[in-house]
Amino acid sequence: MATTEAVDVVMPQMGVSVSEGTITKWLKNEGEEIQADEALLEISTDKVDTEVPSPASGVVTQILVKEGETVDVGTKLAVIGGEAGAPAEASAPGAEPEAPAPAAEEVGQPAETPAVEPAPAPAPAPQPTATDAQQNGKSFVSPVVARIASEHGVDVSSVPGTGRGGRVTKKDILNFVELGPPAAPPQEAPPAEAPPAAPEAPPAPAPEPAPAPAAEELPKPPAPAPVAAAAGEQLEPMNAMRRGIAEHMRRSLDTAAHVTSAIEVDMSRVVDIRNKLKPEYQETYGVNPTYLIFVARAVVETLKNYPWINGEIRGEQIVTRPWVNLGFVVELTDGKGLIVPVVKHAEGLNLLGMAQAVTDIAERARNKKLTPDEVQGGTFTITNPGGYGTFHGTPVISQPQAAILGTYALVKRPWVVQDSFGKDVIAIRPMMNLTLTYDHRLVDGALAGRFLKDLKEALESWDEVAY
Amino acid sequence: MAEMTYLQAISDGLRVEMRRDKRVFVIGEDVGVYGGAFKVTLGFQEEFGPWRVIDSPLSETAIVGGCTGAAIMGMRPVAEMQFADFISCAWDQLVTVAAKQRYRAGTPVPIVVRLPSGGGFSGGPFHSQNPESSFAHIAGLKVVCPATPEDAKGLLISAIEDPNPVLYFEHKHLYRRLKADVPEERYTVPFGKARVHREGDDVTVVTWGAMVHTAGDAAKELEADGVSVEILDLRTLIPWDKKAVLESAEKTSKVLVLHEDTRTGGFGGEIASTIAEEAFEHLDAPIVRIAAADSPVPFSPPLEKAFIPQVDDVVKGLKELAAY
Repeated sequence: MATTEAVDVVMPQMGVSVSEGTITKWLKNEGEEIQADEALLEISTDKVDTEVPSPASGVVTQILVKEGETVDVGTKLAVIGGEAGAPAEASAPGAEPEAPAPAAEEVGQPAETPAVEPAPAPAPAPQPTATDAQQNGKSFVSPVVARIASEHGVDVSSVPGTGRGGRVTKKDILNFVELGPPAAPPQEAPPAEAPPAAPEAPPAPAPEPAPAPAAEELPKPPAPAPVAAAAGEQLEPMNAMRRGIAEHMRRSLDTAAHVTSAIEVDMSRVVDIRNKLKPEYQETYGVNPTYLIFVARAVVETLKNYPWINGEIRGEQIVTRPWVNLGFVVELTDGKGLIVPVVKHAEGLNLLGMAQAVTDIAERARNKKLTPDEVQGGTFTITNPGGYGTFHGTPVISQPQAAILGTYALVKRPWVVQDSFGKDVIAIRPMMNLTLTYDHRLVDGALAGRFLKDLKEALESWDEVAY
Repeated sequence: MAEMTYLQAISDGLRVEMRRDKRVFVIGEDVGVYGGAFKVTLGFQEEFGPWRVIDSPLSETAIVGGCTGAAIMGMRPVAEMQFADFISCAWDQLVTVAAKQRYRAGTPVPIVVRLPSGGGFSGGPFHSQNPESSFAHIAGLKVVCPATPEDAKGLLISAIEDPNPVLYFEHKHLYRRLKADVPEERYTVPFGKARVHREGDDVTVVTWGAMVHTAGDAAKELEADGVSVEILDLRTLIPWDKKAVLESAEKTSKVLVLHEDTRTGGFGGEIASTIAEEAFEHLDAPIVRIAAADSPVPFSPPLEKAFIPQVDDVVKGLKELAAY
């Protein structure tokens, strides 16, 4: 049923910390008919790219924001129905970005903090740690909070405040910086259960030296100062993902004490088994048993004995858990970004299960069907820059995790092994280098060394039955 | 170690220095035969004789003037004002002569003026003041405000050793109320080094003298609310331990400055403005001052209670600051 009243379409809140989004493509033009829940436009935020469904059926009477523009969450993007040229007056959820209905009890909001809290979603998305007063960013920002916010690139208005009148205190922002936003609430999803989806990304765990803007909040970067290009230089705006990656990488290096250890693995056994399994996997299950899958499976198994490497530092506490949520760094097709989908509870997957899970997230990354939840909650990450032949790297840890594993090119190398008489001989072996980059605040070199040794042994003596 | 009251610790420090150094002598009203208004120098005249424990005329000008002259001639005089309030009579000798002598002529003026100060016993406007900020404002003077028996002894010995005029504010309210172990041997407590009276994370109290203990009682009450209070005892105001204050301000980001002196022009203003200048980006709340009202010290016990910061006042201030 077409709407008779004009309904506004606003920039949805794609996660607790996401404060803006970029319109990548309008799927309908002004004057075209659209059904409720039909995709109206595509947007890109620093967490995910997704389609925005129409909140109502009717004619697209107005398109207010052009493709390529970046606007704050809650900004009106288009109007469905009503009379063309006569924009609606507050008929839909969150007609005005400054006055979202759910936040009506809030007072005195400074003009420069429109974002984040105004969830345009029908449900008044409650902050998980909501205290007596919840007036984020709507009161005084103290000098120390302003300084910490700028050092960490945090948008103060996205931090839940516990001070007087909901003011964000130093403790609040320090907790926020350390722990990230208080658990990503599912109700932050856009209106009508539209599946927020993936990056315009290629599927396969493609190589990329650095891990991604995973699991964590990606605070709004400071307003860019105007820049000028010198003669011959080209200026290109950073998209939300690029800014997210930039912020996350910088913050990770500022947070963790990065150290990298490397080990050489003789992959002979894995190569044999892979060759054996490949036809069956491809024909019967339609998945490819890549070397990465073998490494991932061995990593999950080895992590069981190294809870700290699968852990994190949270405040003054060390967090460990009995599960492994394995992140895979995926490069985008245009080579201008990456995303880290997470295989949840990888400890419950055998080799085939792992291959299917990775194929699945890869496919959904390709079809933009990744939900925000699927790029969050990682406990350990694997990055695979070896596809281009690199043999070593020092990836950056995806915060707040404790370590990241790098896998590198499989190359045949002369290798000293022992023959059946116990004599040293030189053999041709398919060798792969693995690196573990770990946060030395939590993981010491000896622990990392033992982990790599165990991982190497698991791969070199691959147990077909066990895995 | 021996258990001593705050007053006994002062006597002990003075006695130790007089036994050690013949240049040290005591002068003041009734300090000799009578042993001093508060009995700090009781028995001193018997031990050291009337030439080293001198009963002066009722003239603070004469006492401080005489001390200044004696110091210039190489002695180490320790003057006692019967009450700190009376030092205003000696203002000219102290501020115009003693404080500037070293700058003008290069002559050290190693005098100590002991100043029984502070209220809490209905002494009224002439016998209860804490005039430390008046002298902190004068370049050339040092200002010392011990809060514990151990510091009382160690800071007095440092004051006697110091080549400059030192005003030593001993708090009358603490004289016999505070008792603690004090080393029997000679030791010094350096000037300009604050003492952490209590460690905490949430709010810092910067204070000195008797208010250290008021803050301590308040901090205990705040424990119940889960608020962790750090108390810095400055020990000396000139020089004062800026570094310790700024470090604590950076740690807790919330500072309360507490003093028994009146608010306007009190030394707390100097501390607050220094924090604002040098630790602004670490502050999470306005710097709060709790001090006496801008009035003469009342006689009436309830009025005096309302005038001097009480534990409840500090508790209230700390709670507000913690909740800010």
